[in-house]
Amino acid sequence: MGIFDLEFIAQYYKYFLRGTGVTLSVSFFGVVFGTMVGVILSLMKLSNNKLAKGLSTAYIELVRGTPLLVQLFIVYYGFPMFLPFEMSRIALGTVAVLLNSAAYVAEIIRAGILSIDRGQMEAARSLGMTHSMAMRFIIIPQAFKNILPALGNEFIVLIKESAIISVIGIHDIMYNADTLRGITYRPFIPLFYAAILYFIITFTLSKLLGIFERRLRAGDQYN
Amino acid sequence: MINIINLNKKFGELHVLKDINQTIEEGEVVVVIGPSGSGKSTFLRCLNLLEEPTSGEIILEGVSITDKHNDVNRQREKMGMVFQQFNLFPHKTVLENITLAPVQVKGLTKEEADRKAMTLLRRIGLEEKANTYPNQLSGGQKQRIAIIRALAMEPDVMLFDEPTSALDPEMVGEVLEVMKELARDGMTMVVVTHEMGFAKEVGSRVIFMDEGRIMEEGTPKDLFANPQNPRTQDFLRKILV
Repeated sequence: MGIFDLEFIAQYYKYFLRGTGVTLSVSFFGVVFGTMVGVILSLMKLSNNKLAKGLSTAYIELVRGTPLLVQLFIVYYGFPMFLPFEMSRIALGTVAVLLNSAAYVAEIIRAGILSIDRGQMEAARSLGMTHSMAMRFIIIPQAFKNILPALGNEFIVLIKESAIISVIGIHDIMYNADTLRGITYRPFIPLFYAAILYFIITFTLSKLLGIFERRLRAGDQYN
Repeated sequence: MINIINLNKKFGELHVLKDINQTIEEGEVVVVIGPSGSGKSTFLRCLNLLEEPTSGEIILEGVSITDKHNDVNRQREKMGMVFQQFNLFPHKTVLENITLAPVQVKGLTKEEADRKAMTLLRRIGLEEKANTYPNQLSGGQKQRIAIIRALAMEPDVMLFDEPTSALDPEMVGEVLEVMKELARDGMTMVVVTHEMGFAKEVGSRVIFMDEGRIMEEGTPKDLFANPQNPRTQDFLRKILV
């Protein structure tokens, strides 16, 4: 009966496997689309268009100022009322997670872009480049390198926070661990394994990002 | 070549440029001097619209660049600019710094752009630095590369904004040498600088600015030897000791 109960693992490992699959896919789509939406939000916030700026600022403040749990319920119950098509539970959960993450990503990217000396933009423009060329070739590549650690951190937060989607009945790691708690009347073991799984995922990601970051830094030799 | 008509620039309440009228002819080397805060850098930056003039008109080769209907990017291609802080792109090699705009903006092929860049690098004796990154260069090397980066776009005018002010003293000479060579080749140049030696040697005209106005202008010989305006006299006395 210790913590590493082989019998327990043999009997229930499929719950954990399936849960891990769900957590990974929700996180993956959350990160990918959350980043895309975040880029758009940050560019809106940095633009000179007052409407775009206002919308983006309001969105970011609202998302940062309300609990993810509330946002999740709003998406889960609210979206189906307005959408002309059906969305699966897992899709709704993913949408809630990505909409939340996008606000944080937007602020990270905005800070990264603002951290680049304005002389860089001026030099690019003085060479005849358009604003968007300068962004694409000069500003964003430099900003990206600076924000990678913060962005990686946000991805890890997203994976961990995704556990909250279990409350709307999505069978992720957390949900399945809780199910096993009910089946086996043993609260500790399933939650302990769930923790290990989350840790393996986030630790692997953080190591991978570390390698990626070093690769990028290697490009500029000094610094 | 460049006509500046009633140029005004305000930063909020601050009136930085007051009714500037100037004509810069082809082949001229115009040196702009004046105390700090006199508006000389702002004047230069208005010429390629890095600062948007509050009012007035700037006409380059017959085309108004302050006219919103004209594509400012096309006009900027004709004006190279060199900055006090060099502003090389740190994530690009020296060669990429030079070829990026010719390839992306002018549509040169990579090979053409590389060949031209190497010719320019050879001219300033830095061809062996083609594949290094800017942060491995000295200040003087950076600024010389910033100059040929602007030249790679084959501009009609070169604007210099205090190009030697951020350099260690022993590196000023190598940068001025490149600029003098450009001037001798007949490049039209507008130079904001404190290097009076440069102004005397290659300047065709010196403009003295103070408090947002052009106080006095003339050939370097006249202006330095025989300044008329009391402010010019005062300024020259302070810097020429």
